[in-house]
Amino acid sequence: MSPRPGFVLDVDRSTPPTLFWHGEGFRLERLPVGSRVVYAPEPLDPLADPRSAIRHALTHPLGDSEPLPALLRPGIRLTIAFDDVSLPLPPMARPDARQLVMEEVLDLAAAAGVDDVVLIAALALHRRMTEAELRHALGDRIYDAFAPAGLLLQHDAEDPDALVHLGTTDHGEDVEINRRAAESDLLVYVNINLVAMDGGHKSVATGLASYRSLRHHHNPATMRASRSFMDQHHSELHTSNWRMGRLIAASGVKVFQIETTLNTDTFPDAFGFLQKREWEWNVRDRAGFVAASKALERTPPRLARRIFHSVRAPHRLTSVQAGEVEAVHAETTANVHRQQLVAVEGQTDILTMGLPYISPYNVNSILNPILVACLGLGYFFNLYRGRPLVREGGVLIMSHPTRPEFDPVHHPSYIDFFEEVLTETTDPVAIAERFETSFATDPWYVHLYRTGYAYHGVHPFYMWYWCAHALEHLGAVIIVGGDPATVRRMGFRPASTLADALEIASDVVGPSPSLTHLHTPPIMLADVT
Amino acid sequence: MKALVYERNVARFAASRVVSAFGSGRGATVGPLRLVDVDPPDRPAGEGWTRLVPTLSGICGSDLATVDGRSSRYFEDLVSFPFVPGHEVVGVLDADATDRSGAPLAAGTRVVIEPVLGCAPRAIEPPCPACATGHTGACPHLTDGRLAPGLQTGYCTDTGGGWSAAGLWAHASQLHAVPDGLSDEAAVMVEPTACAVHAVRTAGIAPGDVVAVVGAGTIGLTVVAALGRVLAPAGPGAVIVGARYPHQRDLAERLGATAAVEPGQLPRTVRRATRSLAVAGSVTGGADVVIDCAGTSESLAASLALARTGGRVALVGMPGRVQVDLAPLWHRELTLAGAYAYGHEAPLAGDPPDGRRTFDLALDLVASAGLGELVSATYPLERYEEALAHAGAAGRRGAVKIAFEPRYRKGRAR
Repeated sequence: MSPRPGFVLDVDRSTPPTLFWHGEGFRLERLPVGSRVVYAPEPLDPLADPRSAIRHALTHPLGDSEPLPALLRPGIRLTIAFDDVSLPLPPMARPDARQLVMEEVLDLAAAAGVDDVVLIAALALHRRMTEAELRHALGDRIYDAFAPAGLLLQHDAEDPDALVHLGTTDHGEDVEINRRAAESDLLVYVNINLVAMDGGHKSVATGLASYRSLRHHHNPATMRASRSFMDQHHSELHTSNWRMGRLIAASGVKVFQIETTLNTDTFPDAFGFLQKREWEWNVRDRAGFVAASKALERTPPRLARRIFHSVRAPHRLTSVQAGEVEAVHAETTANVHRQQLVAVEGQTDILTMGLPYISPYNVNSILNPILVACLGLGYFFNLYRGRPLVREGGVLIMSHPTRPEFDPVHHPSYIDFFEEVLTETTDPVAIAERFETSFATDPWYVHLYRTGYAYHGVHPFYMWYWCAHALEHLGAVIIVGGDPATVRRMGFRPASTLADALEIASDVVGPSPSLTHLHTPPIMLADVT
Repeated sequence: MKALVYERNVARFAASRVVSAFGSGRGATVGPLRLVDVDPPDRPAGEGWTRLVPTLSGICGSDLATVDGRSSRYFEDLVSFPFVPGHEVVGVLDADATDRSGAPLAAGTRVVIEPVLGCAPRAIEPPCPACATGHTGACPHLTDGRLAPGLQTGYCTDTGGGWSAAGLWAHASQLHAVPDGLSDEAAVMVEPTACAVHAVRTAGIAPGDVVAVVGAGTIGLTVVAALGRVLAPAGPGAVIVGARYPHQRDLAERLGATAAVEPGQLPRTVRRATRSLAVAGSVTGGADVVIDCAGTSESLAASLALARTGGRVALVGMPGRVQVDLAPLWHRELTLAGAYAYGHEAPLAGDPPDGRRTFDLALDLVASAGLGELVSATYPLERYEEALAHAGAAGRRGAVKIAFEPRYRKGRAR
């Protein structure tokens, strides 16, 4: 039986309670009659033979690219860059898509006699990956072959010797990227396109760039003009990256792009109920839900977090494209849409969502309050094409504990952002003007980013900018079950229950509002007409 | 008339020390402090003494340490028993007098007293070099002369102290008239404010320096007020305050702090302000000057960790016996300096050529910064246990300064 497409349920009296993620736990909420629930499409069937598909893609490139074997010659400098730990979510069960692709690329390189090969994790301003994370992404064979010899690098956006300024775009944007990548005879980029935002020119122009370059598109103005940044053709974020990508190509950097898409098989069997629609839960699903919920209620948050972060997603490859960047990405985007698009008619007054324990920026870490805001207002709000799911002036209700907890190793500047910046203002534009440079150039943050496992000092700003479109669009943001003081610090309203939240929301959207619940994860992209 | 008298009583002293473990100020319930009926004290020997009746008399951290039996033994020889505590005093003169400059003060004049008992009250001639130049806080003759030992009014058996309805004796050299526009609440803040002014004026703060203030009780808040005003226009570039309670943080920011944060956040905020690194538990660049307004082991350790290499830590809050790792002091060549009381401050731009009396600066500062609002509650002497418990838990209870009103009038207008 072929997988079913996404689905919009109209809630009636017989509809069972709806599952909301709530950090490291769940809530079952009974939505008002007449509400809608948007469910993700079921996982597409995976590629039957991923290695063959990869080999086929490498030898049958898209666009004007030559096949990869033709680009590999003895004596060339080959750099293989790859997406970092922020993708996919949750981390996929071994073998990771990057491992599968890179083993094929490296076999071809070896066959062609290429011996100057360097691997680079395309971190941008993200934290460095640990050895365990690198081994997971690349496999032990690749790690052991490259890391001990110093040939497995992590992009350092603060190392002036490892960066090269390629020029400025016709919009005055600096394009500064990793020197090794730029000066290689061939740059192969290995991508995982978890959402429509990923990939394309953004892979190199963002993943291998410096702050000097990134600041041109990671700012409130760009984010507000990206409607949404999941829709490349209406995203200023992408427009800027495309300008940069074309400049990179015009500078002589030869990029061979390899993009992969995954199905939405997100949770292992033990959490099978998370993949299903509630009225279709069988006895095993109900038992699984009750067992998980009860156990999590009794589990300290720290332990619950550890349990969840050990989850490995059974994601499987649904497509592989390789060749010239833009041609590849067009095909990739179509494949993402094939998996994730859900048609939704009309906007809603109130959009509800349950936020899980994980976002791209807290793998093996804490979803701190700023990341909570980013996950809800940045990522989930922007999971649309056409129009936002919620109308302008509407209300977004998110469910998450939103504790004032931070990981001092991964997110040191977030702590100061929370204490120093959000106590002054929550306006993204004012924040950018008053505080960004100070954080971006703070020597301690730079040190921790370069030598530890810290996100760059400016990263919390980017997370807040990610929210800029939603903050401008919405009439109010309510967090159910969050720490009240923390929620208020971010300019949102706390509510203890969904009923309370709806009561509060009525002040903004009036009585009898329409309500839509985005039942994610698994990830979807609402095609709102 | 009623007065609170502190007597030498070893058993009660020990009891107060034990009971104070249940809360600062609780030592009053079992300790050597007692409410008794007293006659007005005898006039001390020598010239220049005038009796005054206290209107308000504050409860200071050093008073609490005394009441709780936790004061340093260092002070044992610098007091004389029995004594009436209370050195933060605003009161009314019983008779005509003169102030330290010789200007006449009519009976009924409101005054604050500069409580240090230096050479002049003790009739020591010639005065010591410190007193001769106005630095009475540095006087070494605190046990000599015609008075019983006592470093200040409120610790000397001869002068009496502010916690008494029977009044106390003040020497002309101690008197400062209170301007008409200044409330009693504001006036009772002058003495602690003078301590803050002296600390700030002697802390070696250069224009644009980053100054960290550890603690935001009365001393911390008056230090913050002083930092913003008594060094102007050559004041610090940033004043960052570590304050445990929300109302303290609000007040600190209202008084001029650049940032007021929880103590745990203070190192991060100082590090941010100085754009330095954080290594080995210390901020490498750190604050140019750290002012410790708590005087505990924890506050001193925090202060040492916040100062930059070659920086200065000024100890303003009265310390006792503390245990602290001095490795950062040694390694980063920090200067640890005490700041006690007040006297005469060296001139800054706009001052008279020979400088100004600390108390005069404090009188100006109390008025300009509205420090009278720091007085949170006043109590009659009869409710002294309650008052001292309130003072001991001031931060937790949303208060700052607690004072006695020895001749308590219910509903007195403020």
